[in-house]
Amino acid sequence: MNFPHELMTSPKFRVQRAMFGALASAALAALSGLMPASAAAQDTSIVVSSTTSTEQSGLFGFLLPQFTKSSGIAVKVVALGTGQALDVGRRGDADVVFVHDQTAEEKFVAEGAGVERVAVMYNDFVLVGPADDPAKAAGKDIVAGLKAVHAAKAAFVSRGDKSGTHAAELRYWKQASLDPAGEKAAWYRDTGSGMGPALNTAAAMNAYLLADRGTWLSFKNRQNLKIIVEGDSKLFNQYGVILVNPKKHPHVKAVAGQKFIDWLVSAEGQGTIAAYKIGGEQLFFPNAVKK
Amino acid sequence: MSLLADSFGSALTLLASADATLAEITWLSLRVSATATLLAAALGLPLGAWVALARGGWRQSVIVVLNAAMGLPPVVVGLVVYLLLSRSGPLGTLGWLFTPTGMVMAQTVLITPIIAALARQTIEDAHAPLADWFASLGLTTTQRVVTLLHEARFSLAVVLLAGFGRAIAEVGAVMMVGGNIAGSTRVMTTTIALETSKGDLPLALALGMLLVTLVLMVNGGAQTLKRWMERRHG
Amino acid sequence: MAETSVLLGLAGVTVSRDGAQLLADVQLTVTSGERVVVLGANGAGKSTLLKVANGVLVPDHGRVDSPPRTAQAHVFQRPAVLARSVFANVQFVLAAHGVDEPERSARAKRALLACDLASLRDRPARTLSGGEQQRLALAGAWACEPALLFADEPTANLAPVSARAIEQLLLRLHGNGTTLVMTTHNVAQARRMATRIVFVDGGRVVEDRSADEFFDRPESAAARAYLEGETL
Repeated sequence: MNFPHELMTSPKFRVQRAMFGALASAALAALSGLMPASAAAQDTSIVVSSTTSTEQSGLFGFLLPQFTKSSGIAVKVVALGTGQALDVGRRGDADVVFVHDQTAEEKFVAEGAGVERVAVMYNDFVLVGPADDPAKAAGKDIVAGLKAVHAAKAAFVSRGDKSGTHAAELRYWKQASLDPAGEKAAWYRDTGSGMGPALNTAAAMNAYLLADRGTWLSFKNRQNLKIIVEGDSKLFNQYGVILVNPKKHPHVKAVAGQKFIDWLVSAEGQGTIAAYKIGGEQLFFPNAVKK
Repeated sequence: MSLLADSFGSALTLLASADATLAEITWLSLRVSATATLLAAALGLPLGAWVALARGGWRQSVIVVLNAAMGLPPVVVGLVVYLLLSRSGPLGTLGWLFTPTGMVMAQTVLITPIIAALARQTIEDAHAPLADWFASLGLTTTQRVVTLLHEARFSLAVVLLAGFGRAIAEVGAVMMVGGNIAGSTRVMTTTIALETSKGDLPLALALGMLLVTLVLMVNGGAQTLKRWMERRHG
Repeated sequence: MAETSVLLGLAGVTVSRDGAQLLADVQLTVTSGERVVVLGANGAGKSTLLKVANGVLVPDHGRVDSPPRTAQAHVFQRPAVLARSVFANVQFVLAAHGVDEPERSARAKRALLACDLASLRDRPARTLSGGEQQRLALAGAWACEPALLFADEPTANLAPVSARAIEQLLLRLHGNGTTLVMTTHNVAQARRMATRIVFVDGGRVVEDRSADEFFDRPESAAARAYLEGETL
């Protein structure tokens, strides 16, 4: 039977062969462009898992090019919720973890998934809510503010996604000796979503919400929301960076990852963090321990 | 309504600005989904043809599974492929997680059933009036498959377009396996998701319009090619 | 030159499907040079008989001796054509019979000429009329220079003029040395085409005689009734 043979040699099929050849070449070119970079190139990039709120604040777009310039190492950021970011680290799919949930981070190191937790910077949370503040929660005290929201049964949106922000929110409710999640209160909306989508929901519902200042400042869909409570020291949100344990995952780029961590706590890194502003306002406050 | 109008204006401005990042994102979307479509075709067309021509009691069950697999949720495919490609997973040493190659793999898994299931029906329909003739000519299964793939080429081209459409429009699988990394695994759909979550709805809508336009162009191109080929070769 | 030999032999062939008996204990021998017409009403078993004879259908019981595939050609009631040009269709059949280039194109060209399709050679076969498509199917058969041609109701779907053209082609093919086995329910066609009649009724071969004898003096009541229906 001659079919494949005929297709390949007969002059009748010149056009089809040419087209197939063009298509195959294009496919190979596209595919080769998609192959992971060669081994040599791979040494000059690391994967950092971090949180969506950090990425959406725009910090990485400002900070990382500086690091790449001074070290030659490219940084690929995978932005997820804190729980997922740490999980990625546990699986060895990232070289460095950079999140803001001290308890979870310490557990991460204690498990042996990470080498050492290094404090880098902090930003703060704010309670946003409807401009007319129906619950009269405004002020400098987050616990008092939440108590007011609870008393007024005002609409409140929670991220509900095991993120650092969600963990902080639960902490403050606990400090107020309240448990709207447990009560299954009707005004408490658990959305199971990231910072941005939760803000969208709060804006649409004209509800109260605990947000990180960074995401709030870049959030464009505010509608009727504004900052209700800020400045409480309880609202400070500490960031830690951890090298994924190369003993557990030998392929981890420990040298390059450590370079990144060292740079973050160096004068240059800390200075760059402080220099990042949105609308003239500083978002992140470097507080690495000076060695 | 004004939001839609704003977005339309933003879309045109975006295009006119010939923004480098936008070009990069668009090109990556096309490359990933087109490559996945080609791979899925290489796998799905022969599979569909083989099931179309096979005989046996198990055939009906396979058809049901194939048809059902067309409805595989992209995010589930993404999760499974992520677990496979994770360093802690069986295929971790490939190093494909958080790379475009991993994204191609996820989309290929997603659309191969679509191509196989639709090809199966198409080829079965093409085979029916020719079955006795093929039997009388004593054609082997391979010969039948090759002949039928050629016979149904225009319908199968539409099947491939359906697969491509599904791939380029999905966000769940590429998000999980690619990680939406700026500058390396960010595609149009993940960017739209990101901009939406940041509250930048006009930009998200504008990107959405661009994506739809892109898909329209691909389909328009395919139709033109078909007409040209029909005129030349019948 | 024309030595007679047995080309096709069926013995004790029985076919049942879903409890119904389609063919019962069929015996048939075809020698080279014949024009055998299997005649009978719709549902009598003509097509089933042909399918067993050309190997498409395997009988439940019985024996079939037929020439190799490459020595056979087949034409069906609904002409089987591929979605490609007329010329490419004939090439396809030749390729299936193991004919390589350049002989393939040469024979295809001759076959199209013989079947009066040369002017349509680059047209998409699907755009041809029913009669033209059947001529194309015959061109495919012609090109293969088969020892044995099976034709299952080849003109049943065609208008009389086209049907006559097909009959002429079949006769010419026979004149070139191809033995013909065809089925029909049309008595007039059987008269024109057959050297021998195999009359089938209810899955059985009721009569198997030379055409002259059959039409002059049908032996069975079934055959008589069938032929009478013609004159009514």
